[in-house]
Amino acid sequence: MSDHEYTPKSKFGKWFNDRLPLLSLASHLTDYPTPKNLNYWWTFGGILTFCLITQIVTGLTLAMHYIAHADMAFESVEHIMRDVNYGWLIRYIHANGASMFFLAVYIHIFRSLFYGSYKSPREIIWILGIIIYLLMMAAAFMGYVLPWGQMSFWGATVITNLFSAIPLVGEGIVTWLWGGYSVDNPTLTRFFTLHYLIPFLILGLVVLHIWALHVPGNNNPVGIDIKKPSKDTVPFHPYIVIKDGFALLMFMIVFAFFVFYTPNILGHADNYIEANPLVTPAHIVPEWYLLPFYAILRSVPDKLLGVVAMLSAILILAALPWLDTSKIRSAVFRPLYKQFYWILVADVLILGYVGAMPAEGLYLLIARIATAYYFLHFLVILPVLGFKEKTLPVPLSITEPVLGGSPNLATAKYKESSKN
Amino acid sequence: MKNFYRILSTAIFFLAVFNNTYAAEKAEYLKTNWSFKGLFGKFDRGALQRGYQVYSEVCSSCHSMKYVSYRNLVEKGGPEFSEAQAKAIAASFEVTDGPNSDGEMFTRPGKLSDRFVMPYENVKAAQAANGGAYPPDMSVLVKARGGGANYIYSLLQGYDDPPSGVIMDEGVYYNKYMYGNKIKMSNPLSDGLVEYADGTEATVEQMSKDVTTFLMWTAEPHLEARHKMGFKAIVYLIILTILVYFSMKRIWSRIETEV
Repeated sequence: MSDHEYTPKSKFGKWFNDRLPLLSLASHLTDYPTPKNLNYWWTFGGILTFCLITQIVTGLTLAMHYIAHADMAFESVEHIMRDVNYGWLIRYIHANGASMFFLAVYIHIFRSLFYGSYKSPREIIWILGIIIYLLMMAAAFMGYVLPWGQMSFWGATVITNLFSAIPLVGEGIVTWLWGGYSVDNPTLTRFFTLHYLIPFLILGLVVLHIWALHVPGNNNPVGIDIKKPSKDTVPFHPYIVIKDGFALLMFMIVFAFFVFYTPNILGHADNYIEANPLVTPAHIVPEWYLLPFYAILRSVPDKLLGVVAMLSAILILAALPWLDTSKIRSAVFRPLYKQFYWILVADVLILGYVGAMPAEGLYLLIARIATAYYFLHFLVILPVLGFKEKTLPVPLSITEPVLGGSPNLATAKYKESSKN
Repeated sequence: MKNFYRILSTAIFFLAVFNNTYAAEKAEYLKTNWSFKGLFGKFDRGALQRGYQVYSEVCSSCHSMKYVSYRNLVEKGGPEFSEAQAKAIAASFEVTDGPNSDGEMFTRPGKLSDRFVMPYENVKAAQAANGGAYPPDMSVLVKARGGGANYIYSLLQGYDDPPSGVIMDEGVYYNKYMYGNKIKMSNPLSDGLVEYADGTEATVEQMSKDVTTFLMWTAEPHLEARHKMGFKAIVYLIILTILVYFSMKRIWSRIETEV
């Protein structure tokens, strides 16, 4: 893993490092050779780490004041909002933090899709990422249940009921999940427990995700393998640290704007009504970040097949390194893939939009077409494209040619093509 | 920098899409210039005090406000009644307390630490007294309705005769802004219904605005503190971002790569 042997200067440092090589690890992290042409889309890894830490710290504080009981949860949230010192701030950071987390993770995922970061030798990083994403969705869903508002209650009812679609054992599984015959206090307490647990699972997986990343090193916008360390790389500290820090601050400005000026815009008004099992809200809508999958679920007329479609839509991503047959990573050199990429982005946004709309008439038709296209993209277009597409010539190194040292992509490409 | 504009425009696009999805189901609500809107929005103290008067003289006969305490009326960023005033308000309510040393429940005058006294013992009693409809608790009502303050403000002024052909049942009233246009609350406001201590004319519009401002405060009692802190936090972040930007430029100038 380490590219050079590190020896601490002090005697104590040597003694300590021989027994627990923390200093070697720190040295590896600071010297870690990073491609110097990473653009700002690569800063979202750091931003996501920040989001996770923020959620854990604010979540711990909230848990000190929150009461996981069906009769008291709603009131305890109001207690946090009114009487706990800066409770409003902590809760709004936590609630909006979830949305910010998903915003960042979607950018992170789509960056991977564009630059082919999931391809060999980074499949494990990618699959770990998909597991993290799945756990994030579970954590977010359960967290939304905790305030015990109307959307909490009915969202929990709708989502847990999906399991009843499983043949034979479905009903039993739902009863087991609920801890009773409807969403009630036992459901709330177990959701709270799991909501507390999952972030630490995510934290562990994030460590593995970064570890797996440090084996081959970062992909880069050109998508070629580079020598490390070389003229193409910079040490992580200070170059990437300051750049990530700058991007993080920009992100925090957006984050702060939501927290301080529109803290409730991303939530649903109905969640400020205490849960009532006897009154069903007019529209049960999940949080915005789950809407594309909600649209896929509802676009299939059969309940079981709908659930299967929704799960496949996420799990298909895990197979992506093998579905994409192209040897070229970056979309920069794949003129056709680039176009299909943007169509996919639009397709997912459309799915998100119709997911928020009632599943009827034109919306349902659009949802069906968009769902079909989503699967078409991964199952047909990507595998075929790898064989059919005529890719552009790829430069040999980021700084090519060696003598010129120009990082300019256009010249690099021009020189490459004129050689051919 | 080009990438930043891209990131920014993506974020804005997301927001725009999101807003549209919710805008679609909203009716056009009446609007007014709310004192609490905007970067520096603060509550209009007079409106809050008048709003409390409307709430206590009109709404509170049916609507509870169980998460608000009398002490909140004194706190900074709220109606800011004097402590003596708030104590007098609290004392005008009978609060059930106990059990005492004899094991009996008893009533005593309210104290600042008490929550607002509820008009009905429980939800069932409230329903029984209101033809089966439960008058919702008003503590967070503004946040619990899609249109927020504008919705409440419009609803209070939305009572009208039903259009021809629409038949209203007994105890159901026509309201332009209610979901489905049918509401079980009779028109609560009429011109001159309350007499404002500060001499403001109590028109329906004025009372609607005052009581909605009050309800916004009960839903977001720390709104003023939030706006104040938000402005400081964002200015701080912007200055820090600029400083970090120039440090980054300086550090990356050692390499022939643009950042």
